[in-house]
Amino acid sequence: MGIEEKLPAGFVLTTLEQAAGYMRKSSIWPATFGLACCAIEMMAVGTPDYDIARFGMERFSATPRQADLMIVAGRVSQKMAPVVRQVYDQMPNPKWVISMGVCASSGGMFNNYAIVQGVDHIVPVDVYLPGCPPRPEMLLNAILELHQQVQHSKLGVNRVAAARAAEAAALRATPTHEMKGLLA
Amino acid sequence: MADQTNGPDSGKGGFLSDLFAPVGGFGVTFATMFRKVETEEYPEEKRPTQPRYHGRHQLNRHPDGLEKCVGCELCAWACPADAIFVEGADNTADARFSPGERYGRVYQINYLRCIFCGLCIEACPTRALTMTNFYELADDNRADLIFTKEQLLAPLLEGMLPPPHPMVDGMEERDYYQGKVTSSTPEQEAWVRAREDEPQDGLAPTGDPVIGVDTVADGRQATRDTTEAVRR
Repeated sequence: MGIEEKLPAGFVLTTLEQAAGYMRKSSIWPATFGLACCAIEMMAVGTPDYDIARFGMERFSATPRQADLMIVAGRVSQKMAPVVRQVYDQMPNPKWVISMGVCASSGGMFNNYAIVQGVDHIVPVDVYLPGCPPRPEMLLNAILELHQQVQHSKLGVNRVAAARAAEAAALRATPTHEMKGLLA
Repeated sequence: MADQTNGPDSGKGGFLSDLFAPVGGFGVTFATMFRKVETEEYPEEKRPTQPRYHGRHQLNRHPDGLEKCVGCELCAWACPADAIFVEGADNTADARFSPGERYGRVYQINYLRCIFCGLCIEACPTRALTMTNFYELADDNRADLIFTKEQLLAPLLEGMLPPPHPMVDGMEERDYYQGKVTSSTPEQEAWVRAREDEPQDGLAPTGDPVIGVDTVADGRQATRDTTEAVRR
């Protein structure tokens, strides 16, 4: 994409990674994606009382094409699942997903045929946030958790290596649909 | 009619107010800088929750360190989201974790299912399970959000000994619930000392009762104050 693709792995690239990570994490724009009651708490985070703009999230983007972060707030029904995936696909890279609330994270108390048992069946999730619904502080905490991940994200050859390692780990891991017990 | 000849712009205001009128609105912005900030400065200054806030669970202990959980599974039955998994086991003379017959050998709460409704707390017959005011639970994978018994158990306070150890001499299960046990005894301490070096079977929590996700260093553990608050 840019100069970072040309750089060899080493001091210059890691310095660039840190700078890029700092800038990315302090200017994440979330997509407006409320699905249920969690969206009310997500809106509360936007109010002056909690003021998400303190973290560089100046506004909730109404189009996925200008968003970096999808906060899946609420239960994802089977019917909504393709829409979630399409919104995710329309977001430009780099992009992140916070699964807000127990319903989005695992289906929560709705263990039935209508609800997707965790949005990670559809899109890769970076931060899981429990709570029903999570209080605004919990969402801010999840965002700070995400900041840690963004700050340490890789670029160029390091990114390719990290992606290879992640894929190898994912292939070794038990698929979500085969998980038993409380993980299902 | 006279008003019309004057017009809205001429008249009342002098030269200066006319000059500053276009930027007068910025005065509001400027004055706001000196007002009290109403925004919660979350990571630095946390606004305390309500005292009975439904936060992370805690498995309480008797004053001598034995666990209150008797492994009855009522919490798991009450849970509307099926978030709790309990497996009881029998206390033996060698390994006693709670007063009475049984204890909870496996205790897991899936925080990606738990809706913090508190029905488990209402169902608990021994008040073994209560809730803390701790809410910072976000994590990056599902497996780590299943909290196990070691993570949920209350920290050992003053006068408590890590189970397994026998009940206080001369006391029976009923006395624990009548508040007759106030602290561990030297006999119990000697019993624990004698078996300290042996490898222990089962889930004996040792020195640091909260291993794994929440450590004091991370500032992610329920504080001792909140632990005190939920203890009854």
